[in-house]
Amino acid sequence: MTLAEFIAALDLLAAEAPARIAAAADLEAWTEVRNALVGRQSGRLTDIMSGLGALPKEDRREAGQRANAVKVVIDDALESRRGELAAAAPATGPSIDLSMPARGRWKGTVHPVSLVIDEVVEIFRELGFTIALGPEAEHAWYNFGALNFPDDHPAMDLHDTLYIGEEQVLRTHTSPVQVRTLQQYPPPIRVLAPGNVYRRDFFDPSHAPMFAQIEGLVVDEGVSFADLKATLSHFARRFFGPTTKTRFRPSYFPFTEPSAEMDVQCGVCSGSGCSVCKQSGWVEILGSGMVHPAVLEAAGLDSERYTGWAFGMGPARTAISRHGIPDIRILYDSDVRFLDQFA
Amino acid sequence: MNISHEWLSRFVPHGRDAAEVRDLITAHVATVEGFERLRADLEAFVVARVVESEKIPDTKLSFNKVDDGSGTLLEVVCGAPNVTVGATYPFARSGTTMPAGFKIEKKKIRGFTSNGMLCSARELGLGEEHDGILALDTDAAPGTALLEVLPLGDVRLVIDVLPNRPDLLSHLGVAREIAALTGTALQRPDELRALSTASLALAPARGVDHVKDSGLDVRIDDVADCPQYGAAIISGLTVGPSPDWLKACVESVGGRSINNIVDATNYMLHGFGQPVHAFDATKIGGDAIVVRRARAGETLVTLDGAERKLDPSMLVIADGAVPMALAGVMGGRASEVTDATTKVVLEVALFAPRVVRTTRRRVGLSTDASYRYERGIDAAAVGQMLALGAALLAFVGGGSVDALLHAGAAPVARAKVTIRPERVALLLGEPVGGDEIRRLLESIGFACEAGASSALVVTPPSWRHDVAREVDLIEEVARLRGFDRLPDTLQGARPGTVPDHPLFTAYRRVRDALVAEGLHEVRPLPFTSGRDAGTDGADLVRVQNPLAEDEPFLRQSVLDTLARRAEYNLNRMQGDLRFFEVGTTFTAQGKALPREEQHVGVLVMGARRPVHFTEAQPPAFDAWDAKALAHTVAEAAFPGADISMVPGESPVLWRVQAGGVVVGAVSRLTLDAPVWAKPAFGVEVLLGEMPSTPIAARGQHAHAAGPARSHANEPVRYRALSVTPTAEFDLALLVPDAVLAAQVEEVLRTVSGAQLERCELFDEFRGAGVPVGTRSLAWRLTFRHPERTLREKEIEGRRTLVLKTLEAQLGVRPRTV
Repeated sequence: MTLAEFIAALDLLAAEAPARIAAAADLEAWTEVRNALVGRQSGRLTDIMSGLGALPKEDRREAGQRANAVKVVIDDALESRRGELAAAAPATGPSIDLSMPARGRWKGTVHPVSLVIDEVVEIFRELGFTIALGPEAEHAWYNFGALNFPDDHPAMDLHDTLYIGEEQVLRTHTSPVQVRTLQQYPPPIRVLAPGNVYRRDFFDPSHAPMFAQIEGLVVDEGVSFADLKATLSHFARRFFGPTTKTRFRPSYFPFTEPSAEMDVQCGVCSGSGCSVCKQSGWVEILGSGMVHPAVLEAAGLDSERYTGWAFGMGPARTAISRHGIPDIRILYDSDVRFLDQFA
Repeated sequence: MNISHEWLSRFVPHGRDAAEVRDLITAHVATVEGFERLRADLEAFVVARVVESEKIPDTKLSFNKVDDGSGTLLEVVCGAPNVTVGATYPFARSGTTMPAGFKIEKKKIRGFTSNGMLCSARELGLGEEHDGILALDTDAAPGTALLEVLPLGDVRLVIDVLPNRPDLLSHLGVAREIAALTGTALQRPDELRALSTASLALAPARGVDHVKDSGLDVRIDDVADCPQYGAAIISGLTVGPSPDWLKACVESVGGRSINNIVDATNYMLHGFGQPVHAFDATKIGGDAIVVRRARAGETLVTLDGAERKLDPSMLVIADGAVPMALAGVMGGRASEVTDATTKVVLEVALFAPRVVRTTRRRVGLSTDASYRYERGIDAAAVGQMLALGAALLAFVGGGSVDALLHAGAAPVARAKVTIRPERVALLLGEPVGGDEIRRLLESIGFACEAGASSALVVTPPSWRHDVAREVDLIEEVARLRGFDRLPDTLQGARPGTVPDHPLFTAYRRVRDALVAEGLHEVRPLPFTSGRDAGTDGADLVRVQNPLAEDEPFLRQSVLDTLARRAEYNLNRMQGDLRFFEVGTTFTAQGKALPREEQHVGVLVMGARRPVHFTEAQPPAFDAWDAKALAHTVAEAAFPGADISMVPGESPVLWRVQAGGVVVGAVSRLTLDAPVWAKPAFGVEVLLGEMPSTPIAARGQHAHAAGPARSHANEPVRYRALSVTPTAEFDLALLVPDAVLAAQVEEVLRTVSGAQLERCELFDEFRGAGVPVGTRSLAWRLTFRHPERTLREKEIEGRRTLVLKTLEAQLGVRPRTV
C-alpha cells in the first residue's frame, strides 16, 4: 500500500461518513454506524489504520496525522448526532424521583435574644459605635457608687441585688461598663455594651434572675439631649420600621439627668390602645438620659467640658414581644423544639 | 400613687378631662400606668325614653314601651311610681349586671314580658334615695351610654412615682404640677373651706425637743431621728361614719372607709402627703409622748394585730412608760381609736428617712406612711399640716382643738443652685431664654433671683429634695417644656476611641462557626448546685443571698449548665441535642472579685444528621465529631494559632491546646439520662479572661495608658500553585497497640520531606490477618515537586526510607496481604 492509496481510503471514508451518520435514526442504529466507522474491532478506520505498518517509514507520520484528522471529524459528527438522538429519544431506564427530599442537615440557630442584640449592634455600628464589655461580678462602687446611687438607694437592698462578697455584687445593669470605659478611654466615646445582668427576681413568666441588657454611651464635647432624641428615634425607625413614632417621658435613673423613657407607638393597635400596650397606645422600649455629671466626675472627667447620653434596653423583652413568647422562662429552658423554631 | 381625678380637680380647677390630665402627667411629670374608671360597672347602662306607659291593674306596676335606641320598642315592667311618658331614664337591658351583682334577665311578670329595667339612683349605687327611677335631665338620644350623660365615674390615675419625686405622693403634689402645666391657680379643696379657722390660728406651742401644753408633755430624744414632732389635742369627738365626701375621697384612691377619724387621717396622707396618726388620748400613759429608740426586750402589738419584738435600731413613739407606735411605720393596737374614743392626740411629725427604713426593714412592714417618710416629706409644711389636720379631725368628728404642740428644729434652709441659660442650651440642644427658665421654675415653686451675668440663683421649694445641682434644674426646664418639643436632628459625630472588645469579636466568630455546624445557641442561667464542679468546691463562688438554696453557686464550667439543659430535653424525650453557649464562668479568688472567664461550651448527643431515605438510621455523634467541633471552636477562638489535641484521662478525651497552651477539653459527659439516650460529648474552650480589677481609682482615669494593643493576625502568605503532577502511594502498616497513630504520622511527615503534600489516615482494621496486639492502619501519602514530575525511583526511595524508619523507631512493619 502506498501513501496515496492510504489517503484515498481515508478520503473515501471521510466523504461517506456524514451521510451514514445522518442516516442513523435512533441510538441503536447510531451504535451500529459508529462501530462500522470507527469501531475498534471492525471499523473502517481501524481497517485503514492497520495498513499503516505497511507504509514506508518516511510516510507513516503524515499518514498518521491524516488518519487522526479524519477520526476527529468523524468523532465530532458522531457525538453531535448522538446528542440529537438522545434529546429526541424518550427517557429510558429507571427514572429518578426528583420530588424526593434533599439530604438533611441540622440547621444551627442563634438564640432569639442574641438576634435582637445583633440587630441593635448593627444599627449602632452604622453610627460609629464600637463594642465594650465588662465583668459580671462587679465592685459595688462600679455598680452603684460611681453611678451616683445614693448610699441607701433601695436597689442596693439585699432583696434586689445578688451579693457575692463584701461590696461585691453580680452587676444589676450594664451601666458599670460606662464607668470602666470612661476611665479607660478618653472621649469621644461611642460604645455599646451588651451583657448579662442579675437581679434578685424570682423566675416567673415575666421576670428572670439573669437577663441580657444592652447599654449605649456617648460622651464628647457639646453632646446634647437633642442628640439623644435624634439617635434613639433613628434607632427606633431602623429597628421597628421607617414610620415608627417615638415619645420621650420623664423618668429617673441616678446616673442620668434629665432621664427619659422612650416609647414607640404600639405596632399592634397603631396607638389607639390594646391589650399589648395596656391601652396606652405606647410600648416602653428603653431608658435613657444625659449622663449625670457625677458619673463623669467619678471617672475622672471634667463634667463642665464633657457631656453625654446613655441608654439601656432589655433585648429579652423585645424578643418575647416580637416572637409572641408567652413566658420568659422559655428563653432559658433551651428546649430544642423552641430553638428549632429559629432555624 | 393613686390619684382621683375629681379630688385632684378640687385642688386645681384645670377644666381638663381625665385622659388629658393623664397625658399631661405622663409627658411632663411621671408615667401614668393605670387609668381606671371607677364606675366601670355602669358602662353597660344606656339612656332610654318611655314611649308608652299603662298601669297594670291591682298592682303598683306599670307596663311600658321603651325606646333604648335599638330600633324596636322594648316592653318593660316597672315598679316605680314616677314613670312619665316622654322622660328619659337609666336603663339596664336584659343581660346587664347591676352594681349590686345580679343580672337583669328577660322575664314574665303578671303575664307581661319585661326586657330590662328602668333604674333608680340607689340601684345604680348613686345614692340612698329610692323615690323612684332616676329621671335624666338630658337631650341625649336613647341608646347613648349613661356615663356619657351623667357626670359620674371618677377616674383613678395610677402614677408610677419614682424615688426622686416623693412630693408627687399626694394630690397636692400632683396638683402643683397640673397648676403649672395648665396655668391654673391652686386652691384649697371645697370640702376644707368649711373648716374652723380658729384652730389654724392657734399658735402651736414650739420648743426644740420638749414642749408642754394642756397637760401633755412632748419630748424628742434625738432630733436626728425626729426633726419635728407635732401633736394636736382634740376633744369632744364622736367617732362614727364619715360624711359622703370623705368616704368618696378614701374610696377614690382605693381605700376602705373605716370611720370619720381614721378617714380624716387618710385624707391628710393622700391629700397632702403628710402621714398622721391619731392616738386615743385616754390611753396615753403618764400624759407624755416620748419619741425615742426602742429598748431591748420591748414589744408592741401593732394595728394589724402582730406582736413586734423591738430593738434599739427602731424608733418608737412611747408614752410615759411603753411604746405606743412604730415611728413612721404603724400605730399600736393599745392606743388605737375606737368607737368609744372622744379625745385624741393627733401626731403630725417628721421622721428621718434612715431610721424609718431601718425600722420598716427590721419589722418587715411597709406602709403608706413609711413609704413617704423613707422618701422624704415636706419638712416646712409640718406645722401647717398639724393645724390643718387638727381642724379636719375636729370638723368631721364634731369636736374642738384644745392645743397644738410642735417640738423640733426649724427645717434647714435649702441650698441655692445656680442655673446658666448657656448651659441649658448646651445640654438640651436648643436655646431657652432666661425669662422662660425663670417662668418655668417659678411655676412649680422654685424661687429665682438674678445671679452673675445671665445666670439665675434658684432656691428649690421645701418639698423638692431631689434638686441639688444645676443639671437638676435643667431637667425641670426640659420636662416642663416637654421632651417631645426638644429638637431631634441627627448630627454628625466624631469617631470614638474605643476599639471593639476582642472577646465580643471572638464570640461572633465562634458563634458563626458553630451555627454553621448545625448547633443551637442557648443562654441558660449560670447558677449551679456545685455538685458537678469536679473540684472540692473551695473555689466556687457562692451567692450570699441566693434565689434558690439548691443552686447557690455560680458555675465554673459552661458544660455544667449545658448538661442540665440536656437533661431537661431528655426528660421530654428529646435526645438529638446540639447546644453551644458562650458564657461566663466564675472562680473564687479569696477576698478579691472572682476570676471571670468567657468560655465556649458545646454539647452534642444523638443523631449526627436528620433521617434521609438514603440513611434511615443516621449515625450518632461520637468522640471524633466532638474532636472536630473542638477544632472548629479553637480555630475560631484563636485564629492563626496552632491547635492540637492531646489525649487526656477519662472522662477527658483530649486536652485542647492553642499555641502550646491548654485552653480546654473534649470529654464524654455523664448525664442523668434515660437508657435510650445516646452518649453525650462536651467541649469546653476558654475564650478569654474578663478582667475585673478597677481601671483607675475613684474619680480618676487611666487615659495615659495609651490605646489597647491590636490583635491583628499575620496575613496568609500566597504559595505558588504548582502545575506539576502528583505521585501517591498507600502504606498499610501493622502498628503495635502501644504505638499511637500520631507517632506514626510524625515519622511519616519528617521522613517524607518537603515534597509531601498530603498525609491521610484512611483505614483502621483489627481482625483476620492482623496479629493480636497490633492493628492495621493505612495512610495515603501524596507527593509533589514544585517544578518537575517526580520519578518512579524517587517515590520508591521514599517508601523504602519511610518503612525502614518506622520499623527502626516504632517497630511498625508493612502489612503484607
